Amino acid sequence: MLGGWTVLPEPVIITQSMLAFEPPLSIEQLELAARQIRQDIIFMIHTAGAGHPGGSLSAADIVTALYFRVMRVDPRNPQWPDRDRFILSKGHACPVWYAALAERGFFDRSHLATLRRLDSILQGHADMRKTPGVDMTVGSLGQGFSVGIGMALSGKLRHKDYHVYVIIGDGESQEGAIWEAAMAGAKWGLDNLTVILDNNGIQNDTFTRDVMPVEPLAEKWRAFRWNVIEIDGHNMQEIVLALESVKSIKDRPTIIIAGTVKGKGVSFMENVPAWHGTAPDNEQAAIALAEIARGLR
Amino acid sequence: MSAPNSRYNFVLPAIVADLGRENPFAGAHMEATRYSYAAALLELGELNPDVVVLDADVSKSMRTSDFARRFPERSFNFGIAEQNMMAAAAGMATTHLIPFASTYAVFASLRALDQIRNSIHYPRLNVKIAASHSGLTPGPDGVTHHGQEDLSILRAIANSTIVAPADSITAKQAVFAAAAWDGPVYLSFTRDPIPTLYGPDFPFRIGKAVVVREGSDATIIALRDLVAHALVAAERLAHEGLDVRVVDCHTLKPLDVPCVLQAARETGAIVTAEDNVIFGGLGSAVAEVLVENEPIPMQRIGVRDIFTESGPYLALLEKYGLSARHIVDATRQVIVRKRQR
Repeated sequence: MLGGWTVLPEPVIITQSMLAFEPPLSIEQLELAARQIRQDIIFMIHTAGAGHPGGSLSAADIVTALYFRVMRVDPRNPQWPDRDRFILSKGHACPVWYAALAERGFFDRSHLATLRRLDSILQGHADMRKTPGVDMTVGSLGQGFSVGIGMALSGKLRHKDYHVYVIIGDGESQEGAIWEAAMAGAKWGLDNLTVILDNNGIQNDTFTRDVMPVEPLAEKWRAFRWNVIEIDGHNMQEIVLALESVKSIKDRPTIIIAGTVKGKGVSFMENVPAWHGTAPDNEQAAIALAEIARGLR
Repeated sequence: MSAPNSRYNFVLPAIVADLGRENPFAGAHMEATRYSYAAALLELGELNPDVVVLDADVSKSMRTSDFARRFPERSFNFGIAEQNMMAAAAGMATTHLIPFASTYAVFASLRALDQIRNSIHYPRLNVKIAASHSGLTPGPDGVTHHGQEDLSILRAIANSTIVAPADSITAKQAVFAAAAWDGPVYLSFTRDPIPTLYGPDFPFRIGKAVVVREGSDATIIALRDLVAHALVAAERLAHEGLDVRVVDCHTLKPLDVPCVLQAARETGAIVTAEDNVIFGGLGSAVAEVLVENEPIPMQRIGVRDIFTESGPYLALLEKYGLSARHIVDATRQVIVRKRQR
């Protein structure tokens, strides 16, 4: 039934582990959860035969920390008005979002095998009307961030204490609208908004520095009057500390610039531009799942 | 034959009395519908605490600054950043606010089109897009500020609802109707004053076109600022013995198909009149219905395949073929074609 799994050596699969834990997870549990999410990503994209593994894997630790430790959400009530919001503005990486939502219990894991198929609840880029837990439809780069500005303004207007988390990419930072939103976040002092920049250094064509350099990012965001935190986006301790620290920042929004590795966790995908938007074949998927299970160092 | 006035529905008697004069709207109350929009927002703001207004540095021009003064906490000026404004409006709508995002038609429909498509219409979020400076009404500002394609562009987007009211009364009604409508609505307003045609009894309903002049020889289907010119044209044609129906098709989408088909069957000839390019707008919408259901002679009034120029609004209508005179000519021609069949 789950075609992608059948080619794999049995012991490497970490199945169903996450539902055994009740959030918030410890750092060690989060690291294990992130491995599960990464396996789900490989499985989904391999099964679909298309998708974006590189940017999904680079964001996996951050998304895991958000859904299993930091964010206040209720999988049984995805539309809960007081929930924290999450927007994956770099929407092509939605397999990481779907994996986290499935593991968190928003929908059954069996849906993961339907990514990009006809009649699936899991569209090639996320659709809020089809997928439980998806707070905004994304896919056209540079828009999800602005949507987060709107959600945060609404929270302020209504004196709600929900927090809005948005993940953007370094390639996405070439969109002019990102900087429109950056100005707006500072103007309204949106301390209920946190942007995490998944700075994996690679975009669709090749390395970001070669396509259109976006650095120095920290200086840019400081100049836009944001609270800037720089972390290793694969160090769970640093991710959690950064995300939990933003609650004490008042009157300005925070950007966490997370240094990440595109394709993180799979040796042959790491830092290779070709894995931005290519699905692994059977053999590659088997190797990838085994490596993730072992945990690369 | 009945008296001329009995041919009109909802049109103010004073307007009807003057339609045949050399300067038909000399005595009319004139109002730019962008100001009607702003006035309606003030009332709406009192009635509905979920209504918020977003601006992109044209709040003085659209008088949404009045709303900002009355409800400062519900007013958000995004600066010259229409893309951010539109997507932020979408974000607000996910929390069940009712955002009115205000800018000029060119910037709403072109600069922020990707946001309008992907962040508002695809997820069908409850955002109201208020577009002033429609058509050639910003005349002297020149082509960069003429909103001559927005109706066509918005019509191509799934889940879109497009309302282009013909005067100040229906503009206000449209704002209230849009707030009550579940889903995105694109509202089209004029920069320049246009005559107030109707009394408050106008039965405004999104999607319901209104026959404002009865007639049997042909039908002129018009929207927004050209409804007034269509009425003038019909009156001139009446002096030639031609009895022409006029429809105010204030909702371009969803088009009132039964009204169009009834006009086709009862009058046998149709002219569309829109201050918009002739591609993809009202003329196209009506033609699509006719060609598949009731193929009859039809002609279109609109901006041809051309960028116009700076100039007074009415002078531009005259030079580029959108005035009452042109509507009269097109109607005569379409009636000739009908009679030759």
